[in-house]
Amino acid sequence: MQSTEDLKKIASQVRRDIIRMVVEAKSGHPGGSMSSTDFMTALYFNVMDHDPATWTREGNGQDMFVLSAGHLTPMYYSILSRAGYFPVSELASFRKFGTRLQGHPSVRKGLPGVFQAAGSLGQGLSVAVGMALGKKALKDNHSVFVLCGDGESEEGEIWEAAMFAAHHKVDNLIAMTDVNGQQIDGTTEEVAGLGDLEAKWKAFGWETIQADGHDMDKILEAFGKAKEFEGKGKPVMILFKTEMGHGVDFMAGTHKWHGSVPNADQCASAMSQLEETLGDF
Amino acid sequence: MKKYIDRGKKDTRSGFGEGLLLAGKADPRVVALTADLKGSLKMDAFAAEFPERYYECGIAEANMIGVASGMAITGLIPFAGSFAEFVTGRVYDQVRMEVCYGKTNVKLASSHAGITLGEDGATHQTMEDIALMRALPDMVVLNPCDWTQTKNATIAAARYNGPVYLRFGRPKVADFMPDEPFEIGKAYVLNEGKDVSIIATGHMVWEALKAAEVLEAEGICADVIDVATIKPLDTATVIASAIKTGAVVVAEEHNMAGGLGELVAGVLATVSPKPIEYVNGKDTFGQSGTPSELLEAYGIDSTNIAEAARKVIDRK
Repeated sequence: MQSTEDLKKIASQVRRDIIRMVVEAKSGHPGGSMSSTDFMTALYFNVMDHDPATWTREGNGQDMFVLSAGHLTPMYYSILSRAGYFPVSELASFRKFGTRLQGHPSVRKGLPGVFQAAGSLGQGLSVAVGMALGKKALKDNHSVFVLCGDGESEEGEIWEAAMFAAHHKVDNLIAMTDVNGQQIDGTTEEVAGLGDLEAKWKAFGWETIQADGHDMDKILEAFGKAKEFEGKGKPVMILFKTEMGHGVDFMAGTHKWHGSVPNADQCASAMSQLEETLGDF
Repeated sequence: MKKYIDRGKKDTRSGFGEGLLLAGKADPRVVALTADLKGSLKMDAFAAEFPERYYECGIAEANMIGVASGMAITGLIPFAGSFAEFVTGRVYDQVRMEVCYGKTNVKLASSHAGITLGEDGATHQTMEDIALMRALPDMVVLNPCDWTQTKNATIAAARYNGPVYLRFGRPKVADFMPDEPFEIGKAYVLNEGKDVSIIATGHMVWEALKAAEVLEAEGICADVIDVATIKPLDTATVIASAIKTGAVVVAEEHNMAGGLGELVAGVLATVSPKPIEYVNGKDTFGQSGTPSELLEAYGIDSTNIAEAARKVIDRK
């Protein structure tokens, strides 16, 4: 278990990694990666029961995680490497020809830690539900976690999975939504009228938790509540309220950094705002 | 020619149901999912025998494919079933990313394939599914021809580690194949001739045998080949037959675009081009009707196969 202060230090390094990866690759998605960094750091370093040394794709005897919003690979790969799944130096290969760190998660390159491909949106929740049912069928008393985007929640399959998971009482599943309020073309309200996500999830029969996705104490409290809901007949959704591009002043709070890459000056400015805590790759 | 006895008309979907039950008894990892079509898919016996291994998904096919892939990741062997159109066209992106690109051990159970679905009409009669599934890297495409072969193909699909598209149909048709283990990747030579190769798949295999009998009476000896595995195609068997006879008919209950006909033509073109005639659907949709009415109207039956054989022999 890491202290709250340690988690914040890891998160600062993850944000540095995110910026440096997309700058090095000249492409990628920093905005959502930075909005989801804090609670995903807490998940991998304090919440999940997992062991990189004995990881298998079947996930037997360990908690499993599905990244449904597959474009958040800069955050995902940074956290996996910092957690020990593969060398941190490999982050430099992100999106380059021949890399295990494909633009969106792939299971075809043998990258440890990745359970399923993702990228076409709206599908990972279904996959996580299937994994959770698989764990129940195989008598594995572990949990499955999944991260969806709020924009991604415009996909119909999300709500198919929501109805199915509640109907089948998939109560070893903890889903998270990164509610940063932004998507490629603008805010989620401007683009699609996403509305009240908590009311929607409740109406679909889920336990819901709302939390500040940038306050490490609140994040840990939310995960603690979610774990208490497990085994009680309902799936759980944690809605983490976040800010796209969080941690760098000129990137924060706008959809413009969903899939844009900082230039050299912007990168230098970002680095000056994010403490190097674990050593850059 | 070799005689095949029709042991009685049975639907291939029931062969799937029987195969699923047997596969489930043989391996506790086998589970079944369907999107509100348990009865149509003949999953009743499996669901009754293994209620805890049967998952009703409701009318939500996209989620069903994702759930199946997640189950497969943990080590289960899921059969996800619906009508052919709804486990291919409706969920193409899910099948592509979660099953094929994601390399998950999911079996797509595809019932009511082709025009013989009948009265429901064109919305449900997919004649494009083989093309869609063939196009996906790593997908195995099976299209067995009768109850017995479908049962055995289902068992083989459960034992195979990887994505499988298992296509079968609704109408009751002749049940004539020997009850033997199904070999994925093998084309079954049902009759050996010398004048023409009739290469058929699915419901068209029995029609091909009927056509071969008619042709035999005219002094024409036909190779009849059952391509129960469309992908990977048994190219050695197909090429050897085509070289031997010098004329080829390909018969399938599927449209021309992306079907077995184009596949065989493409293979032969690179090795030993031969005259080919096609018995298949053209660039069109079906309509309501009985299976036999529709096969006749769209030119996909034994009469058409025999006529195509005469025509292609003339082109040698």
